[in-house]
Amino acid sequence: MFSELNSRARGLLVALAMLLLVLPFIASNYVLSVAVLILYFAYTGQAWNVMMGFCGQLSLGHALYVGLGGYTAAALFVHFGIGPWAGVLASVIVCMTAGALVGFLAFRFSIGGVYFALLTIAFAEFTRIGFDHWQWLGASGGFFLPVSQREVSDLVNLRGSPTMFYYIILALASAALLFSTWLLRTRVGYYWLAIRENPEAAEALGINLFRYKMLAVLISAGMTSIAGVFFAFYYNNLFPEQVFNMGRSIEIILGPIIGGVGTLFGPIVGAALLTLLADGITELLGAFGIELSGIKQVFYGVCLLLVTMFLPNGVWPALSKRLGVISNRNDEE
Amino acid sequence: MTAELVANVLISGVLTGLVYGLMALGLSVIFGVVRVVNFAHGEMMTIAMFAAVMLFQVWGLDPFLAVVPVAAVFFVLGYFLQSSIINPFITRPEHSQFMLLVAVAIIMVNGLLMIFGPNARNVQVDYQLESYEWGPLLFDAARLYAAMAALVCSAAMFAFFRLTLTGKAIRACADNHLGARIVGLNVKHLYALTFGIGSACVAAAGCMMVLLVDVTPLLGPAYTLLAFVIVIVGGLGSMPGALLGGVLIGVSEALAGLVITPSAKSMFSFGLLILVLLFRPQGLMGRRS
Repeated sequence: MFSELNSRARGLLVALAMLLLVLPFIASNYVLSVAVLILYFAYTGQAWNVMMGFCGQLSLGHALYVGLGGYTAAALFVHFGIGPWAGVLASVIVCMTAGALVGFLAFRFSIGGVYFALLTIAFAEFTRIGFDHWQWLGASGGFFLPVSQREVSDLVNLRGSPTMFYYIILALASAALLFSTWLLRTRVGYYWLAIRENPEAAEALGINLFRYKMLAVLISAGMTSIAGVFFAFYYNNLFPEQVFNMGRSIEIILGPIIGGVGTLFGPIVGAALLTLLADGITELLGAFGIELSGIKQVFYGVCLLLVTMFLPNGVWPALSKRLGVISNRNDEE
Repeated sequence: MTAELVANVLISGVLTGLVYGLMALGLSVIFGVVRVVNFAHGEMMTIAMFAAVMLFQVWGLDPFLAVVPVAAVFFVLGYFLQSSIINPFITRPEHSQFMLLVAVAIIMVNGLLMIFGPNARNVQVDYQLESYEWGPLLFDAARLYAAMAALVCSAAMFAFFRLTLTGKAIRACADNHLGARIVGLNVKHLYALTFGIGSACVAAAGCMMVLLVDVTPLLGPAYTLLAFVIVIVGGLGSMPGALLGGVLIGVSEALAGLVITPSAKSMFSFGLLILVLLFRPQGLMGRRS
């Protein structure tokens, strides 16, 4: 599957995989929690990238799927005692339905570009306010999962130690990478790239735009919903103001854009950079004893601004050249 | 619920909506010409609101008088923001422009947070407590003045774009970028002017808005979303559309507060937005492209 990567790239990848596998044994709890965050954003970024990076449909409302996914699984668990493994199926179905609704309405009326992006925001915000007033799910007061003993890992109910959650999110992020790699090699993947590059030409060649755009939204929504389930069971609480917030959607998007839209490793590199940047700034300011609310985010914003201005294609395309890693050709764009 | 109550809520909605409309007018003008969606629009609005509050607290300057200096400063800042940072992004893809302005927005919100802290601030002037009665109808004085000022500013904008040579040149850029360059217009300068004008618009709206609501740094993203909703409903790039959208959203928020609960008011707005996008995606007054 990675046959087009050169030996140096494969070596680096294997080294990284080894490091990630043994990380819980060598790292502190704090490092592990940062790693979970990085992998979480690598996963959601990969999911978003299917829609934007591959198919060219800009979604600014992916928090919708995180929230719906999380709430579905959490509600089934708390109210009906249905475990997360069955819950995740329900979440995927719910989110794919929501994605189908957004996609159907938008693509049916050929809404594209900025308008599509704003429509996705509108749906996320609409849902946020709806959940804010839904008493059965705790409304704005939040929805909580029972917190159990942290020492015993219960994989069936996803109640357990940070290490367990680390391996789950590692598995998810790796699976998402493999899945995306595979998707790009399929016929559908090539259709998507054609639609992204030139929709009119793609349509003229007989590609059914509606069908393949819908497929991208469905896959992206389904993948994102799994992240929502992870979020709910990892943090044990859900607040509409947090999970559906536009800020959350932006967080999901930042990784792949900073890393490189449409590339396979971009979302991972972006997630790692941004999470480490945010934590690094916190540490640095802490070391200097500066405690001013907002200063951390100002630094973060300035870094984003610089990357966007000077690396228009993201960090990964530039980085992969520097590392001497020749990735596959789709990956370069 | 009496008819009088409904009528008074409607009036308050229309008056607030006109100020919303002026805010959205800035966004609409910028998008209509520069074709960049200003994701930092609400953040600029809150900066203007803080500026008005500060001018009031330090020099006792009435927010309506503060419009002049604040709008002038915003015009200059907008001009430089466009000419230094945004102009190179004109030809880049939408997600890249989005990132840029999100970064600008993050810096703005948190810069305000650093300087002013998270607490709400407001201005207190005598006429905020006054109101005019007309039969059973009540008009809040502050709201009425703000709405009239918003109309005056909007009218000035219309006149500028219809009557002056510069305004016509900017509209030429919006209609046909290449054609505008061929006839020798300095497009980058005109783009920067447009962004400056849009910024001045939102600054004026911000000065008026401090009379109606308390301001906190975190209001920014909410206003950005509100401005989007308004311009999409009215028609992105259409100036009368922005005012119409503002009034519609103002009224729907006010009615939602009366009929359901105030915290659900923006659900109405987003519902309206979704409906408009589905049935008239170019907006109520927009042209089909």
